[in-house]
Amino acid sequence: MSSSVLSDGPILELRGVVKRFGSGLEALAGIDLSVARGEFLSLLGPSGCGKSTLLRVIAGLTRPSAGSSRLAVDHAPGRIGFVFQDPTLMPWSTVTNNVLLPFRIARHSGAKARAKERDRALAAVRAIGLAGFEDAYPHQLSGGMRMRVSIARALVTDPDLLLLDEPFAALDEITRMALNDDLLRLWERHRPTILFVTHSVFESVYLSTRIAVMSARPGRVAADLKVELPQPRDRATRTSADYAAMCDAVSATLAQAMRA
Amino acid sequence: MNRQGTRLGMRILAPLVVGAAFLALWEAAARISGVPVYILPAPSAIAQSLWVDGPSLLGSLLVTLRITLAALAAAAIVGGLIALVFSLSRIVEISFFPYAVILQVTPIVAIAPLIIIWVHTPFLALLTCAWIVAFFPIVSNTTVGLNSADRNLLALFRLYGASPWQVLWFLRVPTALPYFLAGLRISGGLALIGAVVAEFVAGTGGAETGLAYRILEAGYRLAIPRLFAALFLLSLTGIAIYLVLDFISRRLLRHWHESASAEEED
Repeated sequence: MSSSVLSDGPILELRGVVKRFGSGLEALAGIDLSVARGEFLSLLGPSGCGKSTLLRVIAGLTRPSAGSSRLAVDHAPGRIGFVFQDPTLMPWSTVTNNVLLPFRIARHSGAKARAKERDRALAAVRAIGLAGFEDAYPHQLSGGMRMRVSIARALVTDPDLLLLDEPFAALDEITRMALNDDLLRLWERHRPTILFVTHSVFESVYLSTRIAVMSARPGRVAADLKVELPQPRDRATRTSADYAAMCDAVSATLAQAMRA
Repeated sequence: MNRQGTRLGMRILAPLVVGAAFLALWEAAARISGVPVYILPAPSAIAQSLWVDGPSLLGSLLVTLRITLAALAAAAIVGGLIALVFSLSRIVEISFFPYAVILQVTPIVAIAPLIIIWVHTPFLALLTCAWIVAFFPIVSNTTVGLNSADRNLLALFRLYGASPWQVLWFLRVPTALPYFLAGLRISGGLALIGAVVAEFVAGTGGAETGLAYRILEAGYRLAIPRLFAALFLLSLTGIAIYLVLDFISRRLLRHWHESASAEEED
């Protein structure tokens, strides 16, 4: 019975999640959210609305002060991937070794298993467009390439849930668009559930199947919108009238949420 | 390449020109003023003494160098281990760090006589003195390094279920390496100073005499050119230790740390 719940029910269920910090600052004020398997959900909101905190609660990196966060994934490490705003790479390790980190920590024994893990890491590096840079060190890479390494590391364990915390905020527009497309292709191929934190309306509409608009501090879900644009999304999407209309609607909702 | 070559050339040439000009001035001043050689010998007299007394001075240098390097090795190992213990337990760090500071700020000249009374083997006594001077920069630097692991990387390690040992070995130790190496470079010079101070206090200390004692002895005998020659060798040794440690540090960090790659980039 529990296995059917695991496969059919929502992958993530948040009920009244509140987060208060020791300083008395209230970051999240009662978040209710249910995420279905395979969804691409963007959390859209102004800076300081608690989006990042929410992601950390979901990942189990911080406890909520009240409410519950239920994840229907295996508790085995590697079922959740996390991409931070900074690439967060180990500067002393090559690209491949950075991507191998989740496996190294899991410490599977046996030469055969290790060889297989290495193959998977190399495949992940190439899938994100870094072929030829397998043995490069992070300081030799551009900001966009470092972020690609970070994404490859998050995906190498083939996670059920991928959490991205404003991963492209520090990148230039051109790199950002390229990475948007690459992320979409990876999502189409493996269909992990993705929670994507952003403060860009255009990015959220282009990427997601659903957008949760959050209000300013303390964070609440002010609106929950479905994005009905056709899949797969590509350059034509960005210039379509439907895309423009949706961006307009989301902007209006966001403006309303910030006033409230 | 060409501009870089010029710059490298300048970096070596410019100080050499300054040094040569200084020596020429010194030589001229010593000759013209007629200051007696037992007060200020001319560079030529020092060079001559270096040539004549060189072999015996080198023997003494070897004695001092052995103590210095042994003290530096002990400082690196013990200092690194102390830092490791400090980083594993905050309460241990709070309890013991002040005493490391006390040991550091107490002048070694003041405690050296005690150590020489307490430790009977001369080599070990000198080694202990040099070690006390040298270990602190390594402890304090490495402790900071072990505690400066990136917060997000720590979160990531937690997410993937890393054990405390994995966090230490894969994350904290590599993070601390540049800090440790910076401490080591400071300690290299300090170990030499510690060895020299200890020799000054200990005197001859057995059959073998170190370079510091030769300086004292030359002073007593008013063999001032020899004193300068010994001093020159001592400075050269200090520079050599620094250069070797700097080279090791660059080799170890060349792939990833700013301190080792800054020169290549511009």
